[in-house]
Amino acid sequence: MTHKPDSYEHNMVLAQKQFRVLGTRPIRHDGVDKVTGRALYGADIDLSGLIHGAILRSPHAHARIVSIDTSAAEAMEGVLAVVTAADLGDSGDKMIDLGEGEQNLSFLRGNVLASGKALYKGHAVAGVAAASLHVAQEAVKRIRVEWEPLPAVTTTQQAMADGAPVLHDGLRTKELGKETDQTGNVAAHFRYDKGSPDEGFAQADVIVERSFDTATVHQGYIEPQNATALWNNDGRLQIWTSTQGSFVVRDTTAAILDIPVSQVKVTPMEIGGGFGGKIPVYLEPVAALLSKKTGRPVKLVMSRQDVFEATGPTPGSHIRVKMGATNDGRIVAAEAWMAYEAGAYPESFVVPGAMCVFACYDIDNIRVDGFDVVVNKPSTAAYRAPGATNAAFAAESVVDEIAEKLGVDPLDLRLKNAAKEGTRRADGVKFPRIGLVEVLEAMKAHPHYQTPLEGPHRGRGVAVGFWFNVGLESSCSISVNSDGTISLVEGSTDIGGTRTSIAMQAAEVLGISAEEVRPSVADTDSVGYTSVTGGSRVTFATGWAAHNAAQDVVAQMKERAAILWGVDAGAVEFADGTFRSGDNSLAFKELAKKLSETGGPVTGRATVHPKGVGGSFAGNIVDVEVDPETAKTKILRFTAFQDAGKAIHPSYVEGQMQGGSVQGIGWGLNEEYFMTDQGVMANSTLLDYRMPTALDLPMIDTCIIEVANPGHPFGVRGVGEASIVPPPGALANAIHNATGVRMSRLPMSPPRLMEAIWALESNPIAAD
Amino acid sequence: MKVQLTINGRRFDREVEPRQLLVHFLRDLGGLTGTKVGCDTSQCGACTVLLDGVAVKSCTCLTVQADGCQVTTVEGLSRDGKLHPLQEAFWNKHGLQCGYCTPGMILASHELLRTNPDPSEPEIRHALEGNMCRCTGYQNIVRSVKEAAKTMAGGSQ
Repeated sequence: MTHKPDSYEHNMVLAQKQFRVLGTRPIRHDGVDKVTGRALYGADIDLSGLIHGAILRSPHAHARIVSIDTSAAEAMEGVLAVVTAADLGDSGDKMIDLGEGEQNLSFLRGNVLASGKALYKGHAVAGVAAASLHVAQEAVKRIRVEWEPLPAVTTTQQAMADGAPVLHDGLRTKELGKETDQTGNVAAHFRYDKGSPDEGFAQADVIVERSFDTATVHQGYIEPQNATALWNNDGRLQIWTSTQGSFVVRDTTAAILDIPVSQVKVTPMEIGGGFGGKIPVYLEPVAALLSKKTGRPVKLVMSRQDVFEATGPTPGSHIRVKMGATNDGRIVAAEAWMAYEAGAYPESFVVPGAMCVFACYDIDNIRVDGFDVVVNKPSTAAYRAPGATNAAFAAESVVDEIAEKLGVDPLDLRLKNAAKEGTRRADGVKFPRIGLVEVLEAMKAHPHYQTPLEGPHRGRGVAVGFWFNVGLESSCSISVNSDGTISLVEGSTDIGGTRTSIAMQAAEVLGISAEEVRPSVADTDSVGYTSVTGGSRVTFATGWAAHNAAQDVVAQMKERAAILWGVDAGAVEFADGTFRSGDNSLAFKELAKKLSETGGPVTGRATVHPKGVGGSFAGNIVDVEVDPETAKTKILRFTAFQDAGKAIHPSYVEGQMQGGSVQGIGWGLNEEYFMTDQGVMANSTLLDYRMPTALDLPMIDTCIIEVANPGHPFGVRGVGEASIVPPPGALANAIHNATGVRMSRLPMSPPRLMEAIWALESNPIAAD
Repeated sequence: MKVQLTINGRRFDREVEPRQLLVHFLRDLGGLTGTKVGCDTSQCGACTVLLDGVAVKSCTCLTVQADGCQVTTVEGLSRDGKLHPLQEAFWNKHGLQCGYCTPGMILASHELLRTNPDPSEPEIRHALEGNMCRCTGYQNIVRSVKEAAKTMAGGSQ
């Protein structure tokens, strides 16, 4: 169902116009390739002379590399090349932009091939290329590394303790934005301040303060990372890979290899899921070096164990949240102390977590302290609204407890304190028109919330969450075909149907159908610079580029119509797919046939770097039943709400909501990295790292709320991420209502929940 | 070892290593890359194919175990230029996002509809529990299978 607010007064486009294409549900352009097995993903590529590579990975979570002897591997029949960090060289250090924040080049290089020390189990140490994969895998075992194992730290508490083993000798804590001489594992401590929390808490009648821990979880895309590289004889490097950002792969690989970006061409293959985890570069530079040494194209593909141990994951965290409210239900003060695990290298997404932790509420007095902490785990990567889910689990649990103590409906408390246009977040950003109130009102009015939940061991929970979304750069070009269709070329790799959502925006402008657009995702030589598929930005920004490129086409075709009619181009109007001037009129398709006679082909182009990003709010209502014998949580009913702005393709919006919700459910109930005392992941298979299957879930009902984003020509907000934010908090609140326990640790798996239930039964007062 | 397989109706006589997995035979020798590898340990189901009509996970099946068998991969489902109703349904009902799990999902669903032409929603979920999708939350996959069952019951194929 779709819940439409009464008016779109903040967006004139939506207020005044009905759309022909936007809001419909055409079937996807790449569908036939994907249901027939013809779509080519990264590992599917074959090239003349292709050879295969394998990677040697550290068996230790933290160890000094005393020496590496590759001679036995190189002597093996069929082995064509071996590379180590020595082949990467050291081209110095600088900050480079990966599309979702800057990163330190020496850290990126160190993560690709370990130099001096291995910082996590699975850290790549060497690469081998051989005529067959089996030979490469055998050769890897013959590389002799002399290790000096070091003690490892795998949680923020361990890493921040006095005397903790230090990962990076040169790391100095950045304290409140300033460089310091402080060494250790804290890369940065920052703070957001608003008002006076002390004065706020002094006014509060109810104060709740709790600590929370969340486990490391993985993005869990089904397609493992892969890369194929050919370092050609002319010095040009070509890369084929499954990535969320072909230009990010180009720029990062070029920086790591210290070659100009113009020397690298990246062809994005189809991508089998990413969720943020396929933005970093892991294999590409190694494949490139192996190709350079052998003169052959080299393919590298990760195993699932490699994926778990050496890519992703999203940070585990330790969070303390304190909130205070008055008896009339006003939240008057909030504090958060948040430490996130960055993994082996800095940048843990604690910054976006801190931006989002209280973003749903209009609170006068806030202090947020954030700590970015390195630990001996794989370097963390973005995962759908990175950092926000951890934070929302903590904040939404505390908000729920306040509602309980005040004896008010949890949605009413949230409505009373909801952020709205003009609310200033703790990080200083003032909200433009946002849709949280509409989301909460839709939740309250929904039949799910209106239907009482009955039966023993059952409980209902609600939660909301925020993600700010990003803009960044996108490019698009359009060629008009003589049959009245258009070919649209864009640079955003299509991870969930964006070929279609972008095509629809061009079709809307040109007055043609979505099917009359032929969208394709091009390599880095064939389209203008386009940032990552991430930050919920593709339908927003690349869609905007398509809108502008289509308008460029319209402007040029007006001139062609003017030539045909002998009038001034300024006298030609275009509406509803038809060019008109006086009594003359020509449909877009008819004029497309006459381009040759009026001057030749028409191509439109546009590049955008939009500023009008509209954040998205999501909410969940969830009913659970907790088995009193096993503490297994069964989801009885789940409804996801989200403000999409204009929902370009409602089925794809629903798909994002359902997919994100289910990932949030997995995060909340089951998924975690089990780390041994030695810092080794003990469950690095999909058997033991248990992601939700079809059998674990009910239907995920969806309710799209459309509060147009005034910063986009069609009102788009971007929908890919916010959906993952509320589920763990909503589940925790539902479990509380079912069992009486407040879970302070994710995942709320049966063993953890059983222990919490037993603790409550043995000591009801202490456990509360 | 010498093996003889019929893949999507085409006969392959090949000499293979005893350790070779069926999925690698299909992808590397058969050139049939529609069959995917996701987990190496038979949980994700991206490698699902039909072996003499029965769905198996080709990442944990040796090529020599398939000796003498008929193998159907996703590439072999459409006939005479016409998509199989399951392929149509996954496309029409938005039963995919990234598409990586899709070939395995379609073949696992094929097995279900062969043995149970009119499955209920719980039966569909049960039949697909060995196939993981991380994008969709499964909702539209379940809808797609229902749609295909309806089409096939209508006798269109």
